[in-house]
Amino acid sequence: MSTRLEQAFARMKAEQRTGLVAFVSGGDPTLERSGEVIRAVDEGGADVIEIGVPFSDPLADGPEIQRSSERALRAGATLRGVLDLVGDLRTNVAAPLVLFSYANPVVRFGVEAFAARAAEVGVDGVLLLDLPLEEAGPTRDVLVAHGLAPIFLLSPTTTGPRVRKANDLGRGFLYAISRLGVTGVRDQVADDARGLVERLRQDSTLPIALGFGLSRPEHIRDVGKYADAAVVGSALVAQIARHGSSPALADEVRGFVRWLREGASA
Amino acid sequence: MTMAAQEGRGRPVFGRRDPDARGYFGEFGGRFVPETLVAPMEALTEAYFAVRTDEAFIAEFEHLLRQFVGRPTPLYEARRLTEACGGATILLKREDLAHTGAHKINNALGQALLARRMGKSRIVAETGAGQHGVATATVCALLGLQCVVYMGVDDMARQALNVFRMRMLGAEVRGVDAGARTLKDAINEAMRDWVATVQDTYYLLGSALGPHPYPLMVREFQSIIGEEARVQCLASYGRLPDAAVACVGGGSNAMGLFDAFVADAGVRLVGIEAGGEGIAGGRHAARFAGGTPGVLQGTRTWVLQDEAGNISLTHSVSAGLDYAAVGPEHADLLQQGRAEYHFATDSEALAAFQRLGRLEGILPALESAHAIAGVEQVARDVGPGGLVLVNLSGRGDKDVQSIQHLLGDQA
Ligand SMILES: Cc1ncc(COP(=O)(O)O)c(C=O)c1O
Repeated sequence: MSTRLEQAFARMKAEQRTGLVAFVSGGDPTLERSGEVIRAVDEGGADVIEIGVPFSDPLADGPEIQRSSERALRAGATLRGVLDLVGDLRTNVAAPLVLFSYANPVVRFGVEAFAARAAEVGVDGVLLLDLPLEEAGPTRDVLVAHGLAPIFLLSPTTTGPRVRKANDLGRGFLYAISRLGVTGVRDQVADDARGLVERLRQDSTLPIALGFGLSRPEHIRDVGKYADAAVVGSALVAQIARHGSSPALADEVRGFVRWLREGASA
Repeated sequence: MTMAAQEGRGRPVFGRRDPDARGYFGEFGGRFVPETLVAPMEALTEAYFAVRTDEAFIAEFEHLLRQFVGRPTPLYEARRLTEACGGATILLKREDLAHTGAHKINNALGQALLARRMGKSRIVAETGAGQHGVATATVCALLGLQCVVYMGVDDMARQALNVFRMRMLGAEVRGVDAGARTLKDAINEAMRDWVATVQDTYYLLGSALGPHPYPLMVREFQSIIGEEARVQCLASYGRLPDAAVACVGGGSNAMGLFDAFVADAGVRLVGIEAGGEGIAGGRHAARFAGGTPGVLQGTRTWVLQDEAGNISLTHSVSAGLDYAAVGPEHADLLQQGRAEYHFATDSEALAAFQRLGRLEGILPALESAHAIAGVEQVARDVGPGGLVLVNLSGRGDKDVQSIQHLLGDQA
């Protein structure tokens, strides 16, 4: 039986189009409205949804995601709250859901307890930002034992042997970071993104989603020429910041994701 | 007697107690960094392991420690403080007399030499009290490197003198207005800079914390403190001290002092954390008294955090101790039962600051005042006839303004 993530990537391939992976911070602007946001992202046509677990010290994130994490924390979001949210949403959302977290909230929760709860509520994959391959071993095994896909990041600085290791230990897809630096909206796709993905392909077989800096349909169209999927985070999060207190928040988010999807169509 | 002892000075020691290959001291340490930093951390580790056995590198480091930093720093018997405490003889290791006024220069110098060796032209650093920032700005001027220092805006206000010093030395100081606007937030911002600039930039971390190899490297560049003190103590008193005491922020001055004595079971190792307004109210930075193991800023160690794994806001009158995690080697020394950790509150530290000024004519840094506050109990425990070594990690000029504000007419 293939997993929801595998099915999603197989479908993109069959439809000969680029996948859209959308990131939002769980609990932004509030846990309740975050549920509306995630449903709207799904309705807008995202192929995979990454839900960020808000953390006090997001050192790999730029200003947009830092602020969204702060909004969520102020509204009381925690890892436990985000897991409950996924549980409430799961039957109403078609896209696979990937939790995106720093290591400490998961360590504090307890890796085993976290994996059990995540599997129970219907999380599909887990990406831990500051848990590189060398530290991930036992955590990765616990995730896999619970049927969760461990997702690893690859960067322009990742060496060939480590790409192979990520491909062996990872499931679902690999997340390629298009440029050195933190998350954030950029005007253009990184110059050497194509070269990066081509290099990663030589050492891997899993689908590759490329992210960091993408914000427009043109970017996604561009990335689709060499990667399997494109990740949009900060640009979407900025929409949530802009419309967070508006009753039209869900409509705005749905509309924005549809607009991004234009770049992901065949 | 060793050569060094004959010459009356100690030397930094490299390779004495390495962590395992993944950078763990027992259960603590490691390398919890975003993917982009893995390869640069490996390159840094390799470069560091190469220079620490390179005689030319070590010779240059030691030469500059003598000629530029002014080492060895004295070991000074504090007679009036000893009398007032009524216990063991208290010996002050005078890191306050090192160039720029604190122990931080030892590490900044070592790492800047390494950065130059690695061909990096730009340095980023974080600072809390500003002493590490000043030390980094100083060595960057010495070696002709570009220097950017991140500092929480609250720390910029309470250590304004050091902000000005950094600027006079040619460094750019960037204020960080996030979180508690103190040391932890400055480290986050320095890391964000570094992740984007790793190709030409070196991150000069100021304490024995963060991902491997920093805890090891910073301890080894600081090991000169304990090595000198050991030689000086043997030369003057013919024996080792009964206890060694230091304040613990990230843990660099304490590791630098303890390192020389870890193998001497008879020497009690005592670290003093910042007790702030006391543990019960949560306004403190005493990780061992109020925290739990966790992962922060690249390392597994004791951390102040809430139930959800978010890092707590800390408080201390001393900017240099106001940090939510502690160096991983301290966590291991505690686990092994080799070192013990206590805390001094803000008011105890302020009292110790004043006492050292009046009894010995020395105004300590507020960080070091915590060690002075802690040494009194240790001196009484050890008793008359014993020897207690305490690291006076820095001088207090930087704090005079904020103390004036705090004490007002009571000073
Ligand atoms: C004089 C002085 N002592 C101690 C510290 C605390 O740092 P560490 O624990 O790394 O020695 C600082 C930090 O700023 C300092 O300036």
